[in-house]
Amino acid sequence: MKNIIRIENLIFEYSHLEEEPAIRAVDNVSLNIETGSFTAIIGKNGSGKSTLAKNLNGLLLPSGGTVYVKQWDTRDDAHIWDVRQTAGMVFQNPDNQLVSSIVEDDVAFGPENLGIEPKEIRERVDKALADVNMGKYKKKAPHLLSGGQKQRIAIAGVVAMKPECIIFDEPTAMLDPKGREEIMSIIDELHREGITVVLITHFMEEAVRADRIIIMDDAKVLLDGTPEEVFAQEETLREANLEIPMAASLAHKLRKRGIKVPEDVITVERLVEFVCQYK
Amino acid sequence: MIRDITLGQYYAGESLIHRLDPRVKIIATLLFIVELFIVNNFIGFAVCAAALAVYVKVSKVPLSFILRGLKPILLIIIFTFCLNIFMIDGRIIWQLGFLKITVEGLLTAVFMGIRLVLLIIGSSLLTLTTKPISLTDGIERLLGPLARIGVPTHEIAMMMSIALRFIPTLLEETDKIMKAQQARGADFESGNLLARAKSLIPILVPLFVSAFRIAQDLAMAMEARCYRGGKGRTRMHEMRFRGNDYAALMILVLFLGVTIFMRMQLPSVL
Ligand SMILES: Nc1ncnc2c1ncn2[C@@H]1O[C@H](COP(=O)(O)OP(=O)(O)OP(=O)(O)O)[C@@H](O)[C@H]1O
Ligand SMILES: [Mg+2]
Repeated sequence: MKNIIRIENLIFEYSHLEEEPAIRAVDNVSLNIETGSFTAIIGKNGSGKSTLAKNLNGLLLPSGGTVYVKQWDTRDDAHIWDVRQTAGMVFQNPDNQLVSSIVEDDVAFGPENLGIEPKEIRERVDKALADVNMGKYKKKAPHLLSGGQKQRIAIAGVVAMKPECIIFDEPTAMLDPKGREEIMSIIDELHREGITVVLITHFMEEAVRADRIIIMDDAKVLLDGTPEEVFAQEETLREANLEIPMAASLAHKLRKRGIKVPEDVITVERLVEFVCQYK
Repeated sequence: MIRDITLGQYYAGESLIHRLDPRVKIIATLLFIVELFIVNNFIGFAVCAAALAVYVKVSKVPLSFILRGLKPILLIIIFTFCLNIFMIDGRIIWQLGFLKITVEGLLTAVFMGIRLVLLIIGSSLLTLTTKPISLTDGIERLLGPLARIGVPTHEIAMMMSIALRFIPTLLEETDKIMKAQQARGADFESGNLLARAKSLIPILVPLFVSAFRIAQDLAMAMEARCYRGGKGRTRMHEMRFRGNDYAALMILVLFLGVTIFMRMQLPSVL
């Protein structure tokens, strides 16, 4: 199947109180997420990213439109667990998503819910912990670990469920630069192993690693394309109050001065390469 | 500092007792408590104390560690001792004003005192030798049969283990809130009891708010990981009785027999 997730005219409204008007957090969004791709979603606070993410695995159900994960409609009760097993999710706060007071038991939580045989759970847990380099912490209590380590456990917990797609909702927002880099390299590795990645982030440097960037603004999709295409739209981005990665912005300025910088120069590495070879 | 708090006073070890199935240890503890009430004379207590001593020895938990756990309950022990010694009527052996000590009172006080101490040591060994999380697992499985008559055993166990997991998190949260309030001039140390209790309100309110936020996040994370109650759920750690567990159960049954026999054969103290 070409697209693992298909979003058709998705509308989502939060309505708690009868008197108050409903808040439209996602407004008529249509997107397809290609199987095996790496998509980054960027946007300001409150632009509807998390709401969109929670609609992708049935944690929230559409107020209008439809979301399909593989062939299943997320509103179909009969397949909701297939949907959630296929599209796993890692949240922002590592503290509030760990269930057990022992690391390996926490990683086992998902597979246990799926009703998998104990022996296979054991294998999956050991493999998942090794994948995130946390093998030697498996008997530890999560509250004794650093934020980055806790987030790696949370990722292992999802990986152990063997999802085909993982949605990360600002997984690095609460981490220091070192923890951030660790999580990002794990995400890259998972993507290389064939898992479809949807990464919601505030950091442009993280987004440039993706092969597609979606910019959300005010509950709608503002821009959608490869990183090169998206960062070429400097004016639109600035109007939406979004910063551009330093390298892309410098390349842009050089271009204005008549220097022919290729469109794909958006990372510091590529920029350095270009500058060194420039004659 | 708040991170170092140990919960349920577990004493890490690899002894025979530590490795027993938690279900066996829970049963043993319950039986021991029952036995302490079956026993009605000092010889019986001597036998129970000896059995307990062997249990402690095998568990390799240092005695000082166990006694430290007794400290907070010392007051209760002394209180019941005094109550018994002064309140029971009978042959008077000592009197001062309205205070009097009787033979029966003295006997009952000593008797109850021993029972209480043995009871506390016996039950504290359960938490000393069993990780909290295995304990909740064990309880869930022991209560298993009750699930058939509608008791939410899985939910009870899940609640206990989530509580265990989040106690440190909430402590950290409290610490954070207290520091934030102190930075804004809050004072938790001075004033009388009422003033100090009042100063806790600005901590409790945000603490409740964040507890609810955590609960909401956690519920969402659990759902995302396909949690749907105990039905159809498997466990990574299978609990299976091994040779040691069967042996322990045999000893437990034997010991129960011994205490019943002693009750029938020996005269009661009271
Ligand atoms: N549980 C809720 N109840 C009511 N309104 C909500 C709720 N969650 C979010 N909203 C509203 O929906 C809109 C989109 O929120 P959402 O959390 O999806 O944004 P976001 O892009 O993830 O923001 P952030 O970058 O801060 O995470 C916001 O206006 C927000 O106030
Ligand atoms: Mg968000």
